[in-house]
Amino acid sequence: MSSLPPIDRRTALKWVLAAASTTALSPRFTRGAEWSVARPGYGSDPDLLKDYQPGDLWPLTFSAAQRRTATALCDVIIPADAQSPSASAVGVVAFLDEWVSAPYPDQVADRTTVLQGLAWIDAEAQRRFRQDFASLDAARQAAICDDICLASRARLEFQVAAQFFARFRDLTAGGFYTTPAGIKDLRYVGNVALASYEGPPPEVLRHAGLA
Amino acid sequence: MPLITPAQLQKNYDVIIVGSGAGGGQTAYTLTLEGVKVLLLEAGRNYVPEKETPMFQTPHQAPLRGAGTPDKPFGFYDSTVDGGWTVPGEPYTSASTQKEREFWWWRARMLGGRTNHWGRYSFRNGPYDFKPRSRDGLGFDWPIGYADLAPYYDKVEMLIGVYGDNHGLENTPDSPAGVLLPPPKPRVSDLLVRKHARPLGLPVVAAHRAVLTRRLDAENLPAKLHPGNSRAQRLVREAMEGRAACFWATECGRGCSIRAAYQSPTVHLPPAMASGNLDLLTNAMAREVTTNAAGKATGIVFIDKTTGLEHRAAARVVVLAASSGETVRLLLNSKSARFPQGLANSSGLVGKYLMDTVGSSLVGQFPALENLPPHNEDGAGGEHMYAPWWLYREQLAGKLGFARGYHIEFWGGRRMPNFGTAAGLEWITGGSYGRKFKEDARRYYGSFIGFAGRGEMIPNADSYCDLDPAKRDKWGIPVLRFHWKWSDHETRQAAHMQRTFAELIQAMGGRTRTPPQLDGAKAIAPGGLIIHEVGGAIMGADPATSVTNQWSQTWDVPNLFLTDGAPFPSNADKNPTLTIMAQAWRAADHLVSELKKQNL
Repeated sequence: MSSLPPIDRRTALKWVLAAASTTALSPRFTRGAEWSVARPGYGSDPDLLKDYQPGDLWPLTFSAAQRRTATALCDVIIPADAQSPSASAVGVVAFLDEWVSAPYPDQVADRTTVLQGLAWIDAEAQRRFRQDFASLDAARQAAICDDICLASRARLEFQVAAQFFARFRDLTAGGFYTTPAGIKDLRYVGNVALASYEGPPPEVLRHAGLA
Repeated sequence: MPLITPAQLQKNYDVIIVGSGAGGGQTAYTLTLEGVKVLLLEAGRNYVPEKETPMFQTPHQAPLRGAGTPDKPFGFYDSTVDGGWTVPGEPYTSASTQKEREFWWWRARMLGGRTNHWGRYSFRNGPYDFKPRSRDGLGFDWPIGYADLAPYYDKVEMLIGVYGDNHGLENTPDSPAGVLLPPPKPRVSDLLVRKHARPLGLPVVAAHRAVLTRRLDAENLPAKLHPGNSRAQRLVREAMEGRAACFWATECGRGCSIRAAYQSPTVHLPPAMASGNLDLLTNAMAREVTTNAAGKATGIVFIDKTTGLEHRAAARVVVLAASSGETVRLLLNSKSARFPQGLANSSGLVGKYLMDTVGSSLVGQFPALENLPPHNEDGAGGEHMYAPWWLYREQLAGKLGFARGYHIEFWGGRRMPNFGTAAGLEWITGGSYGRKFKEDARRYYGSFIGFAGRGEMIPNADSYCDLDPAKRDKWGIPVLRFHWKWSDHETRQAAHMQRTFAELIQAMGGRTRTPPQLDGAKAIAPGGLIIHEVGGAIMGADPATSVTNQWSQTWDVPNLFLTDGAPFPSNADKNPTLTIMAQAWRAADHLVSELKKQNL
């Protein structure tokens, strides 16, 4: 668990709920004197034209064991299929590490969520199957994930883990669908200069019941 | 090159303008093209959109996949430099610890200010919007009417380039033929909204946004903008020729390197700079307006942020266009024996009647848009259509329970995937993971439409700003303290927005993650969040009840003008930027005429 102190269940629930109350879709609202950091981020005037890699701006966190568990879990969430590679194959684990290592308040909260969650899922794998999560076969991994993949349906003892899973899935998806492979998977075809904008083609209008 | 250092300041200018955004940019443009010698002070750094804009960068190239952080709240690629809800070393305070009474203040310390990232919505106020008190007894009338500002709306639209259409709708003015640029074709989400909004009585029409859907007519427009001024015509023609039409990619909020979307540094400032009449000094944090024994403004004291040293600049006329908040702050910090409660404040109204826009939103998910065939719908980098306010009659008859209207902005489409594109889907996926999750992500991508209401707030005595008695910024300048309170008119309006969105989403066959929030106090966005801060130095017909006259000229100090949103005595649902520009042009014309008559 690297440098994090052990926490009790009530504390765990509190941080998980705090993390869940922010949504990944809205702009970040942190106001006035509410934000102060011990470590600087990229500042208010970063170079917008540069390509950034995880580790460029702040030191990364994952131990080898954490990376192994994160790799396994993000590939359970986004495995390879006929259309695109798995999350870990396109750098999502490094992105997760960049995210949990960032100095900003949301990411600091996610750091706790993710590191505790990875530890939990390994402990749960050991408890049930005497192996760490990454060593489990797909059926056993699924047995654990099925218990935590939807908070509204998860049993009381899995509530904290389900909140972790929801956040980890959002982070994995956020990492994956912003890669060139993920963008291609969604069949996004924009971000190219066009001479004119022609609006939706007839097949799109038909599909939407507007033709 | 008009970019100067403090050592290069001339001894005296005709006019000093503080702030280079919509108001300051327009004022500098109008004055310099009329031959007036201007010093433009900007608190932020110089900013060159042509070189600095991340046009085709993808989230993959950004830290944290471009997600917003306190350093860049609207995302890494948002154009805002050294700004956001916080500016390091430059705090502001709230008089109340209650969340609902806090004001959120967005600043941008950069050339062009907030014009760089704004939504480019460019709506005219209608005739009712200038005479709200006459219509329903609330708030304040403007000392001018629509007819006074209409010629300036025409000119601003021709200069900056605004796409849109004319529909003859109530209190939603048409532009004269040939003024607007053609609107972009609707996206599929626009057509879906329009089809189902019509039976509900909502008009869905082309939005008006300051984006060039074709190149400006550089041959003919300059003569219409500056009749009889051949030099201005030449400069404006050259500037227009330097602007490309939209190439239908990238979001306007990043800024626009090809100058297709309006921002002050690429539209207002180039002809001003080319005129030879402009000195531009960036990193100049204005502290106070200086005055002489006769009570006239003499210049500005500012701090050079690169050295921390204080300087003075002198001029015959001072124009403040620093944003409502900063303009108020400057006036209140310009205390003297003659002006003990701050400059231009004999009415005691400086800082009073601060306004923002009422905001509330709801997102729908629509089966009709699932699994759409791939097609490029980046479009004009922002919205193509909107719904103007449609219930004027019901409202005037008192049937709605709130006095002023709102328009609806909506946003859908298969836009460039970002960090949140496949997040938070479990309410429709049942918590899928694995291959099923990938199928779900494909199915639901592009099937959401967000609806946002933007409504009029009525000025009230509980919403204002003053100086914090104790706190100073890192330059030693006393900071603003905000006081805020929505009235029932705003909270009921927000609840009405929620009901309308829910009704519309249902009619479109969609669903929402959570039910609409029918408690207006919970549905309404916090004050300041929509970043339409206006008021604080309202204009009027009577010096006892207003800070400026109809020319944005302060009653107490005739050579002091305020050309940002501060003089707005009301804040129509129409986004304020176009009106700021039109009134700034009108005020600058008056300023030139008064200068010529030696009246200042």
